[in-house]
Amino acid sequence: MKQFAALYESLDGMTANNARLAAVVDYLRNAPPEDAAWAVYFLAGGKPRQLVPTRLLRELAQELSGLPDWLFDECYHAVGDLAETIALVLPPPTHSVDIPLAQAMTQLLALRLLNPPQQQAELREMWQAMDRWQRLVSIKLITGSLRIGVSRLTVTRALAQIGKLDPKEVAQRLVGYTAGQAAPDASHYLALIAPPDETGAARGGQPYPFFLAHAYAQPLDVMAEQLGPSDHWQVEWKWDGIRAQLVKRAGEAWVWSRGEELVTDRFPELTAAGMYLPDGTVIDGEIVVWLQDRVAPFSILQQRIGRKNLTARILQQAPVVLLAYDLLEWQGQDWRQRPQRERRAQLQEVVAACNSPALSLSPLLIAPDWPAYAELRTQSRALGVEGLMLKAQAAQYGVGRTKDVGTWWKWKVDPYSIDAVLIYAQAGHGRRANLYTDYTFAVWDKPMGAPDRMLVPFAKAYSGLTDEEIRQVDALVRKTTVEKFGPVRSITPSQVFELGFEGIAASTRHKSGVAVRFPRILRWRHDKPLQEANTLADLQELLTPAQPPSSIA
Amino acid sequence: MNLVIARPEGLYCPAGDFYIDPWRPVERAVITHGHSDHARWGHAHYLAAEPCLGILKARLGHINVQGLPYGQTLEHHGVKLSFHPAGHVLGSAQVRLEVNGEVWVASGDYKTQYDPTCLPFEPVRCDTFITESTFGLPIYRWQDPTELFDQVNAWWRANAAQGRPSVLYCYAFGKAQRILASIDASIGPLIMHGAIEPLNRMYREQGVVLPETRYAGDVEDRTLAKTGLILAPPSASGSTWLRRFPDYAEAFASGWMQVRGNRRRRGIERGFALSDHADWPGLNWAIEQTGAQNVYVTHGATDVLVRYLRDKGLNAQIFKTEYGDEDDTPPASDDAASPAEDAS
Repeated sequence: MKQFAALYESLDGMTANNARLAAVVDYLRNAPPEDAAWAVYFLAGGKPRQLVPTRLLRELAQELSGLPDWLFDECYHAVGDLAETIALVLPPPTHSVDIPLAQAMTQLLALRLLNPPQQQAELREMWQAMDRWQRLVSIKLITGSLRIGVSRLTVTRALAQIGKLDPKEVAQRLVGYTAGQAAPDASHYLALIAPPDETGAARGGQPYPFFLAHAYAQPLDVMAEQLGPSDHWQVEWKWDGIRAQLVKRAGEAWVWSRGEELVTDRFPELTAAGMYLPDGTVIDGEIVVWLQDRVAPFSILQQRIGRKNLTARILQQAPVVLLAYDLLEWQGQDWRQRPQRERRAQLQEVVAACNSPALSLSPLLIAPDWPAYAELRTQSRALGVEGLMLKAQAAQYGVGRTKDVGTWWKWKVDPYSIDAVLIYAQAGHGRRANLYTDYTFAVWDKPMGAPDRMLVPFAKAYSGLTDEEIRQVDALVRKTTVEKFGPVRSITPSQVFELGFEGIAASTRHKSGVAVRFPRILRWRHDKPLQEANTLADLQELLTPAQPPSSIA
Repeated sequence: MNLVIARPEGLYCPAGDFYIDPWRPVERAVITHGHSDHARWGHAHYLAAEPCLGILKARLGHINVQGLPYGQTLEHHGVKLSFHPAGHVLGSAQVRLEVNGEVWVASGDYKTQYDPTCLPFEPVRCDTFITESTFGLPIYRWQDPTELFDQVNAWWRANAAQGRPSVLYCYAFGKAQRILASIDASIGPLIMHGAIEPLNRMYREQGVVLPETRYAGDVEDRTLAKTGLILAPPSASGSTWLRRFPDYAEAFASGWMQVRGNRRRRGIERGFALSDHADWPGLNWAIEQTGAQNVYVTHGATDVLVRYLRDKGLNAQIFKTEYGDEDDTPPASDDAASPAEDAS
């Protein structure tokens, strides 16, 4: 645990990627395989389920430190991270014990089976023998909130270096490594760095690393020059759903989301469709809710995912389909090195032969040139899609966000935008702790000039400002605070910001009556007087009447 | 009777008609220590502890200043005034005021940790204690200085082994000299930024023993820096001055480094939570030692400390001052280089 905490501490400070890589390699080389197995799990983003309720951790920390509620809260607000707060306020350790990571994980995982007093007794003993960084890491492991500043690519490269393997091979082996409640052991780790497998056959329900798209944001007039003629490209809608792979092997079907989460149980329709595919087939596509011959808003899919039990009613109200757009494996062969056009042609046959309502093709869009595609793209909003996807006909299917064997471009429509007023601010977390960086924005409830006009909050946004602007807003928040509610401050409205967002839906849960998707700050409108910010009516106008209902009953 | 009240110019003693660390020009100023948010320009008369004169003259030039040795009493308009070590930096003092048997003590900035470059904090019994609260939260509990300097040494040694210069940001007055007096100077050469080297000279003139240092501008042999420890003020971070140290590693020595978010925001690899201010246990210990029933809290986490002390049954209140920087914020990434630089 000491070594792993030390690795966490050094990665926490490192800014250079190769230094990070060296630190990871160094740790893995020196760790016993059972420890390395867990380290890789956490470095690659694995999160065990929460083992002890946060409330209990907090209570124990307060008891041990003798801090009243309010003072613990003050500490938490200053630190912006619960695990770190606890690690800082606990009394100094009484002694030091170094337990190997795998053994520590066994102890931690066992906490879940204990009753609260037993959990507290165990934790008390563990914390007494841990320094600040070990405490921080162990609490983050317990709450499933350990985030290490290492990209998956770094972990992949580290393992490739240790096993003298092609990083692509490692990426393939790593898929699913962190899924669900995995408990990796030495054999899992050794399999990651084992000599290359001659057969190349994927095992079990293992999916392939997803090939990820890059944003395309160039003006239309340079497209032909940059991308070449449009008929060298396969163009589709960019669907607003959940990216997924449907895997069919050895008589079984699996569904994996892009987060490499096994979601087979969440989508029985897709599993059923998968059973009609021949063994040795892997399809890449987008899961969407399909209603009245069109894609339903993402919010419906989200609500369906949120439900614990998939009742027949929900399956009927929010049926999903997989809009297939790529074929990664066919007849047990890895097809990723074949050109896009060949994969697409075969995909069409596979989908047709499957003949299942839950599996359909993401249609190809055919237009004579880029301007014609741009014209098509303008229909995106009305159709409930995010724009266009551009995939080179000759390109292979790459790994992750790479561009070496071909590129997928997402050519999204411009976001909606609204000029809104900053009314509340809250201090951020992590590197933004102690800085007011989380903002609530409002629009006017009545048109300009109306008497008793009020500002109605409608969106929170955290991103889009430069560090310099954040500092300016932070100073402004402190200077113009009206009231403090715990960590939140209400301020005298004075500043207008242009907010962008991807979608908008009617909502009964929000005071404003609308919910927006992915709101972020586009720019600070220093030029705009408060009174000229947008109104609720402006927001409502963006709700297109053509949309199907945006919630499940 | 209120021996000290808050006025727009600063903390004021009506009986003696003088100010303590005023932030606007006044006739008579009693100065607790030489950091620039406490010792400002423009007062007609200055009074400070004897060992503070060196830095005052270095900072403020020709001023009308009188020194008073620690523990000696001076009587002025019926107010008995004496200075007592505050343990913050060289020459830092608490101001003890006594009128008709009532005693008030203004702490200035202080710490209770060991510091080889100045006299340790001396608890002074009083009825009313005016305390700072820069790090007035329980999350601030400093590590033992020996352990902390072991870590600094280990960091420096590891960099030196790789031939990488070790740049350590620290406040020029006080922190830099404390570091010099505490690190293992046998690891490599000590190279100083121009803002720091003159202060080292001043320290040595006052009898503080510091290891040999070199002013960066005088270092001609560029290879020297490869194993060196370079001390620079935080404002040097990201400046072209650093170009002379290729592939340097950087760290920041400040109490704010206790919280990861503060370090990550600065984008600095290593933070050493080394402070010349009292931590939470230190503040509470110091307050208790004074035996004071009335406590006034100045700059820092004032709200928190006041509430905590009231819950303990003390009569605690806030004095609004212009020391430090802001109500409740640690210096954000760039303003550590502003006047607040010296305060933290």
